[in-house]
Amino acid sequence: MSHSMVLASPAATTTRELAFWILAIIAVVAGLGMVLARRAVHCAVLLAVVMLSLAALYALQGAPFLAFVQVIVYTGAVLMLFLFVLMIVGISAADSIVETIRGQRLAAGVSGIGLLVLLSLVVGHAAIGPASPAKASFGSSNVTGIARLLFTTYVFPFEITSALLITAALGAMVLAHRERTSPKPTQRSLSRQRIAGDHPTPLPGPGTYARHNAVDMPALLPDGSPSELSVSEVLSGGGQMGSPGTTALSAGTSDQENAANAGDA
Amino acid sequence: MVSPAHFVALSVILFVIGGVGVLVRRNALVVFMCVELMLNAANLAFVAFARMHGTLDGQVIAFFVMVVAAAEVVVGLAILTSIFRARRSASVDDASLMKY
Amino acid sequence: MTGSALGGIAPSASAMTSMPAIGVQHAAWLLVAFPLAGAVILLLGGKRTNSWGHLVGVAMPLAAFAYGVVAFIAMLGYPAAGRSRDLHLFQWIAVGRFNVNIGILLDPLSICFVLLITGVGSLIHIFAVGYMASDPERRRFFGYMNLFLAAMLLLVLADNYLGLYAGWEGVGLASYLLIGFWQFKPAAAAAAKKAFIANRVGDAGLSLAIMLMFATFGSITFAGVDHAAGSASTGVVTAICLLLLLGACGKSAQLPLQSWLLDAMEGPTPVSALIHAATMVTAGVYLIVRSGPLFNLAPDAQLAVTIVGAATLLFGAIIGCAKDDIKKALAGSTMSQIGYMMLAAGLGPAGYVFAIAHLIAHGFFKAGLFLGAGSVKHEMDDEVDMRRFGGLWRVMPVTFVTFLLGYLAIIGVPPFSGFFTKDSIVDAAFGKGGTSGAILGVATVAGAAITAFYMSRVMFMTFAGERRWEEHAHPHEAPKVMTVPMILLAVGSVCAGGFLILNSRLLDFLRPVTGGPVTAHSVFTLAGWVTLVLVVAGFALAWLMYGRREIPVTAPAGNPMTVAARKELYGNAINESLLMRPGQWLTRLSVYFDNRGVDGLVNTVAATFGGSSGRLRKMQTGFVRSYALSMFIGAVLLLGALLLVRL
Repeated sequence: MSHSMVLASPAATTTRELAFWILAIIAVVAGLGMVLARRAVHCAVLLAVVMLSLAALYALQGAPFLAFVQVIVYTGAVLMLFLFVLMIVGISAADSIVETIRGQRLAAGVSGIGLLVLLSLVVGHAAIGPASPAKASFGSSNVTGIARLLFTTYVFPFEITSALLITAALGAMVLAHRERTSPKPTQRSLSRQRIAGDHPTPLPGPGTYARHNAVDMPALLPDGSPSELSVSEVLSGGGQMGSPGTTALSAGTSDQENAANAGDA
Repeated sequence: MVSPAHFVALSVILFVIGGVGVLVRRNALVVFMCVELMLNAANLAFVAFARMHGTLDGQVIAFFVMVVAAAEVVVGLAILTSIFRARRSASVDDASLMKY
Repeated sequence: MTGSALGGIAPSASAMTSMPAIGVQHAAWLLVAFPLAGAVILLLGGKRTNSWGHLVGVAMPLAAFAYGVVAFIAMLGYPAAGRSRDLHLFQWIAVGRFNVNIGILLDPLSICFVLLITGVGSLIHIFAVGYMASDPERRRFFGYMNLFLAAMLLLVLADNYLGLYAGWEGVGLASYLLIGFWQFKPAAAAAAKKAFIANRVGDAGLSLAIMLMFATFGSITFAGVDHAAGSASTGVVTAICLLLLLGACGKSAQLPLQSWLLDAMEGPTPVSALIHAATMVTAGVYLIVRSGPLFNLAPDAQLAVTIVGAATLLFGAIIGCAKDDIKKALAGSTMSQIGYMMLAAGLGPAGYVFAIAHLIAHGFFKAGLFLGAGSVKHEMDDEVDMRRFGGLWRVMPVTFVTFLLGYLAIIGVPPFSGFFTKDSIVDAAFGKGGTSGAILGVATVAGAAITAFYMSRVMFMTFAGERRWEEHAHPHEAPKVMTVPMILLAVGSVCAGGFLILNSRLLDFLRPVTGGPVTAHSVFTLAGWVTLVLVVAGFALAWLMYGRREIPVTAPAGNPMTVAARKELYGNAINESLLMRPGQWLTRLSVYFDNRGVDGLVNTVAATFGGSSGRLRKMQTGFVRSYALSMFIGAVLLLGALLLVRL
């Protein structure tokens, strides 16, 4: 009730209009960017932007519950899940610009424009009236109204979707489960392997420098070349090993030279 | 006055962007994300129509869509990871055994 | 003087209505049934009937002959105008206006043929018992011979053209089966095929004539056509008659369908005697005489018939002069004699009776001559080259005497058969008057002279002179089963002609059916004397060339005329270049068209489908995104269609 009165005031309408246009433009630009971005991580971040602006739009339309659920569940959980899998797959894996299927881009573009035209026609043709005032069935607030609907009219789909969620969780566990083809190596056998192998000592850790300090930064060997053993295989194998840069190296040698020169002179 | 028509128009635009994205991108994850964009656009339309009618049914349906989308993402990403483990590649174009 | 004593010519009794058969003639169907039953028993009975098959094969024609005599005697009991009897058997075809009944017409013309066919046929069957004694397939032979008799009897007894045609086809089939009886001989198989195909050309003419008859007259019975003949235009009647002539040429081996007769000598000699001398080849003459009412209304067709007859009689005679194979020489003689009959038939009512008379007499003496040749061939181990005969009159006296009597008959020496019948034809030819009559008469006289020459040649080469036998040949007289029929036929050769012609017997008998001169001509005319002189001259020439001189065993080169005659006056070469080669070209063209055109069309259609499917296949890229794109486009199109409906 209260917010509907707020919604009715003229100042609120212009604010709302302004808010809508800003949010709409942000959402569209982010969406386009998401489709066109080369790196997958950029796509994920831009999708997060779209989702957040949509949450704001929900709030603008008098659906605060949905807005918060969008942020918490959709952006917070689902999108983060996306990011986790991206990390497994490889962060810097980039799509090549060249399209392998002939005519795919052209056809996709043309049909996209066609769909846009058709849907606009539909929307233009349909009688979309103005916003009607909130009904009495809302109850005291948005949440109570939704709760009332959810547990009366839509209780059956509610129960079924809960079953769906359980099934999805189980399914994910089954799919992602790795069946061991050989017995799990015990601590004893692992250390045995290590001692008997060519490298009994623990592997070196990543390098720590003034400007760079991360797990993907390799340590330097005595002759100055980066040691691949110091970086995790996942990163070095995927070509994501960082380079310490020449400044670290040259700074160190020039200091030594300076020290030697100073010592000499 | 921002009428629901504006919101529906925005929803249409986002939907089309997502659809084209599905067709054009090669990384399986990015394709999935474009599908999520399409679902979000549909949610926006639902909410706009709910506002137009003055009831909350559209919002409840949007809620359900979100739940189902979440479940779908869970399973889909699990499939993706197991495929990636086997193939070491996340490109959609790898599944081309049906080629003539 | 000339045969102008013809006086008035009675018109053919075209309107002679036939009455239903009564009394003993009621069973006239037995005439066809006896030999047909024999054929069925022998051919379907198979090897089980081998031991007694030939007895059945001889008994059936004899039974038919016996009944024929009985029917003939019954017919003589009727008054002259009431001798035509019709026996309705059953309805065969009833389609719209086209109604065909199978019935038997017993009138003087058909009874003559019945007696000739069954009588001479029975004698030849008895001869064949001995001739084919060493052949393991003798039973099958008699089966085919009986089949032939049944078909020939149907031909002469049918009361409508379609029944005649059924018998016509039947004798063609039997002729094919019998010429190619020894199928393992490639020459025999080829000769059978040639005979059948040449006959087929003639059959086409006959069937077209029947169709035209039905279209014009609405009926194809002899009575119906006779009644309606006057109602059609001359052009149509001439067309029908010319088509009938074509049919007759095929069956009777007249020009231009004559090439098969000499090759048909590949069959066993009884076959040559019965089918290709006495009976089947005379079916063409029967057809023309039976269709007399039609021919009488088409003078142009009659002229064509006489021209064909005259040309063939000379053609056959010339061929007969140069052939060393005794059977082929006799075949040339058959061709020539039938030419005489055709010529006579083409003269209209003035000549029909004489054609039939010559036909009957020819049946006797030609069958006798062929049986004699068969006897010689049988005794000389199947040798037929006359250059390897010689001096046989001592070792085969009975054969020699019967052959001699037949020879005298055929060259026309009085008082033997041929003299009377041939002279009647010569007379009738001159009696026609005008240029055509003169030409025809000269042709007949010349033919008689040449006949005398080549038949004397045959006699000298075969029976007289020195022996030119092979080492292994030991001829002696043929067994009784073969000589007795020859003797009986020789009796006919001697008496038949005189019996028929003198006292106008046959003329009076047949006149109600065919029409003919009211008064008979005198036998001894100027043309007759001239013919006799030329016959003696021909004999003398043959004696000079063959009787006096030694006959070389290998044939000498000979002058161009001889070479041409040996090649049957290039008849085969003409057929080959005119018909066979174009036919082969047509076949090759059809095959080419079929391979390229028809097959090409079908293959192109198949290739089109294959090619387009190959191209369509490329659409399956296997990429998920292409499939997603097609789904997307499909959704867009659906949406568009939905909108289109609503807007």
